[in-house]
Amino acid sequence: MEFSEHIKTANVEDVVLRQPLHPPSRGTLCITGHHLLFSDREQGSGRKVLLLLLRNVDAIEKSVENLLAHSGPFCTEGLSQRMSGSSGTITIKCKDLRVLHLDIPGMEQSLNIARSIETLSCLDGVSEMYPFFYRPSGVGLQDQWGLSSPEKHYSQMRELHDRWRLSTVNRDYRVCPSYPPAVIVPKHAGDDVLEKAAKFRQGGRFPVLCYYHRKNGMVIMRSSQPLTGANGKRCMEDEHLLRAVIDGSDRGFVIDTRSGQQALQARMTGGGFESKSCYSSWKRLHRQMERGKALQESLIKLVEACGDQSHNMDRWLSKLENSKWLSHVQTALSTAGLLAECVERDGHSVLVHGSEGTDSTLLISTLAQLIMDPWARTLEGFLALLEREWVQAGHPFRQRCAHSAYSHARLQQESPVFLLLLDCVWQLWRQFPLALGFSEALLLRLATEAYASDYGTFLCSSHQERCALGVTDNTHCLFRALLRPRERDCYSNPLYEPTELAIWPSVHPQALQLWRGFFLRWTPQARHLEEAQEEIRNMVTEWGKLALSRCPESTQRREDVQPEHVEHLRRDTTQVQ
Amino acid sequence: MTTADSAGVCPSSQAVKYHGPAPTEPWLQGRLYRDAFRDRRKRLVAQPQSIFLFLLWLQVENVRLLDRVSPRRSRVGTLYLTATHTIFVENEAGVRNETWVLHSLVFSVEMQAASASGCSLLVRCKNFQVLHFVVPRERECHDVHLSLQRLSQPERCEELYCFSYKPNVDEAERRQEWDFLDPKADYSRMGLPNSLWKFSPINQHYKVSDTYPADLFVPQSATPPVIVGSSKFRSRGRFPTLSYYSKENHAAICRSSQPLSGFSARCLEDEQMLEAILRSNPRSDFMYVVDTRPKLNAIANRAAGKGYENEDNYSDVKFQFIGIENIHVMRNSQQKMLEAQGNSFKEKEKTGDGNCPSEPDSLAPPDCPLQCILDHATFLRFGHIPVFFGTLEPPTSDRYKSVKPVAEIPPTVASQSGSVPEIYIYIYVLIEKDWLSFGHKFSHRCNHLVGDPKEVSPVMDQFLECVWQLMEQFPCAFEFNARFLITIHSHVYSCQYGNFIGNNQRERVELGLRERTHSLWSYLWKNQTDYINPLYRPDHSQTQGLLRPSTAPYCFK
Repeated sequence: MEFSEHIKTANVEDVVLRQPLHPPSRGTLCITGHHLLFSDREQGSGRKVLLLLLRNVDAIEKSVENLLAHSGPFCTEGLSQRMSGSSGTITIKCKDLRVLHLDIPGMEQSLNIARSIETLSCLDGVSEMYPFFYRPSGVGLQDQWGLSSPEKHYSQMRELHDRWRLSTVNRDYRVCPSYPPAVIVPKHAGDDVLEKAAKFRQGGRFPVLCYYHRKNGMVIMRSSQPLTGANGKRCMEDEHLLRAVIDGSDRGFVIDTRSGQQALQARMTGGGFESKSCYSSWKRLHRQMERGKALQESLIKLVEACGDQSHNMDRWLSKLENSKWLSHVQTALSTAGLLAECVERDGHSVLVHGSEGTDSTLLISTLAQLIMDPWARTLEGFLALLEREWVQAGHPFRQRCAHSAYSHARLQQESPVFLLLLDCVWQLWRQFPLALGFSEALLLRLATEAYASDYGTFLCSSHQERCALGVTDNTHCLFRALLRPRERDCYSNPLYEPTELAIWPSVHPQALQLWRGFFLRWTPQARHLEEAQEEIRNMVTEWGKLALSRCPESTQRREDVQPEHVEHLRRDTTQVQ
Repeated sequence: MTTADSAGVCPSSQAVKYHGPAPTEPWLQGRLYRDAFRDRRKRLVAQPQSIFLFLLWLQVENVRLLDRVSPRRSRVGTLYLTATHTIFVENEAGVRNETWVLHSLVFSVEMQAASASGCSLLVRCKNFQVLHFVVPRERECHDVHLSLQRLSQPERCEELYCFSYKPNVDEAERRQEWDFLDPKADYSRMGLPNSLWKFSPINQHYKVSDTYPADLFVPQSATPPVIVGSSKFRSRGRFPTLSYYSKENHAAICRSSQPLSGFSARCLEDEQMLEAILRSNPRSDFMYVVDTRPKLNAIANRAAGKGYENEDNYSDVKFQFIGIENIHVMRNSQQKMLEAQGNSFKEKEKTGDGNCPSEPDSLAPPDCPLQCILDHATFLRFGHIPVFFGTLEPPTSDRYKSVKPVAEIPPTVASQSGSVPEIYIYIYVLIEKDWLSFGHKFSHRCNHLVGDPKEVSPVMDQFLECVWQLMEQFPCAFEFNARFLITIHSHVYSCQYGNFIGNNQRERVELGLRERTHSLWSYLWKNQTDYINPLYRPDHSQTQGLLRPSTAPYCFK
């Protein structure tokens, strides 16, 4: 394998590993093509204590004692001795925000190791990445890949069938390279209309259906910006397509995730917005959402603040404020709330877009679905939603999640939009501890997997790319893995009680909190909170058993037979969270 | 619909509307009063003695109670002012929505300029609830404003609610309520008296220090002359005395007020007293004196004839200043936070621009106590060093208090692996012993009666907040939950129970609180199912040993 040329030193003995939440340990370090392995020598049994995916390494810092510069030109004979007597410390900063320190004896060895980690952690070729080599036992590659697809979505939603159709206009990715082959569009819009409309939208992302609200038959559509340009070009087919969307009802809303000013500026570069005169029955609402670089910088600042060791309250608070992360969370949630309000309360269909339609657009359409759709709040529903709205809808995971907050590399297209989504979902979960069917652990797992994974789910940027590389045939699917019985137990919410109602999150600044579970994940405090969650899970399981043993044959609701303090638990755990 | 504007804090989002303690007079119960009051709308002249004569002070129809979140959702109803409560009853057919606010919980009443829809009345409560009424006519609004102001600021102790609070409990039971808790039993739990510490009856009639309790523990070797001599050298006679003793390593926490050292004075008895405390731990050859003030404040106090211990005069003692801000800083800090809370609701659109944690001031103070608590808890366990708090603060030692009791929780809750009720009670005993009996000036600090506004300060709030921060960090280590702390907090201010009335034990005895009022502790005990933390397990890893809270800023909420 060509990985070996990057590995000069594969094994080092007598390395000291220091990692958060564990005492330092001494053992053997080993580098393979995809992993960093550390096994504890003192354990005797050679127990593995660390298996780190190299892809997870975000930044690496090395400091070496006894630098060569100190030895003069005449001490060449002492050099080798010096080099073996010296030692280096490698600090590994991971994309899941963990920071590890390795004390490696021997300068050359430590430099070799550092170099290998550096190269192997940012290999470019997708097909060389670990998901293509990951073969867990007991699971075959022939297993079904993925949970949901537009085809499946369409066939499940019978209500859709009289006004909507499944179009395969994009079957060879010619119309829109970032869309999946099949999309759901209005029945009255033929494939020729779609093709023309696609030419009028950036990246060919013409309006498609992403959510159908069962209660009132309204829909959420998403697209990219129209290419009106400075002289206000029009496209009859695009207008026709949108008219077909609201067919019958009096008006619809366009939620533009840029401010009015930004949208105007976009016209200078060929983009634009739906003008009032051409789309008379659509009303535009502008909500400015931060995107791209600004979001990444915000994350970097926040992570830096969380790593600050000085015990200074004012400094921490001002850093937290300066990062503006929480206000991005607030904007995202309130825009999603606006979208849900248009659909659920006012009963209008909505088209969402920003500029490219692959980032903030997906963010708020996903959040709005969580707010409104009870099915999306179950474990399966949420994963299916993510698959449909992020993986298949063409969120460019490969570019956006190439690096995380620690990286020294020059920022290119990195942007933590997906992380922002998970943070917003966490805020929902915290405000409605009983309404979501999944646990915080799932969100944490997803946040890690999006950046570095054993599975192929988050590998590429679009369906097309995934097919070309054979991702579905050669890797395992994360979402399927998360639904296996053992995982399901740990990722479902023990307190979950389905509700048919919409859950309206509070977006007051006071109601939003820092996501400690993620940003302060490697502190003992986070551990204590996890223990509390564990405790809740155990109690609920025990009571469930108790309930079963008391009335084995009856199908009574679980609450009826639980001891009285279940109610207290429910109430109190909402406070704990 | 599952509503979520402003989770939990919004007063109007709950179905049950009891915001004060429950009504007690039989005529207030049920739906009786509404009809009874209708034709008794007369106002009597406010005379302190006759306060209980006018059961109904005022009744105003067509008042609107604005929703704090969205002004669109307001409720129309009738506002009643009785001798003890403000009651708002919603006029909606079918539902009986009532909002009760105890007068003693009212912090301020603010009348705003009249508008077309009526006159706004803003009632802020000590438990941070804010009620925004709109009264149709300005004259009526003025009446309500004046009456509420008068009613919420009693001038004499007898007017306090606890003396008129008569739940349906007979006398024998009421007596039992007060016997429920015995601070002395806590000393025996610590294994006292023993060969190192003895019970001292010296303050039996509050002669030595009028703000100290009658029962005190002092080192075996401290003789009465030494104690009396030492007390003369301490502000308000608050000589060094024991407050916590660790059975395992003989380390102890002692407390006192600042010495009256001025620039050069010294006192041999006081030096002997500290020496005696040092000797009481056979395993240690030095001790810490921790001054909770910033050093600058301590130096400034020397000019007033007070100050701090001169290191040259005390042998084997290490001095430390921790720098907890004084009551005035705390008071201002709390006020700023309440403003932040109020404003951001008004200007929620504007605040969206990035300053989500809008209460930097309020977060800063709790940081400090916890920080030094950590130091002390660590000393206790590992240093085997008696820690001694030299305190300051001329009249009483407030700052000191907010430090000490928290310091005590970790080792105690941890060491109590015994039966469940014991631990649960422990926090009662802790508050009873360290706050009440050692003379935290509840009446002054909490503004129960009209008094000097400079004496008001949320020190107790600070303590409860510290406990809450600990609970947040160790969700499985405390047997009580956050609601428990909130209940204590509102009853510290409500004056419904006799526990928190008065400034020290002597005053409480003189007021005859044990004879005339009810005790909060037994109420909490009876309703303990509401206050139990379901995650608590005595055998949980978080419950074992000392709690080691992190004081990194990001751990505070």
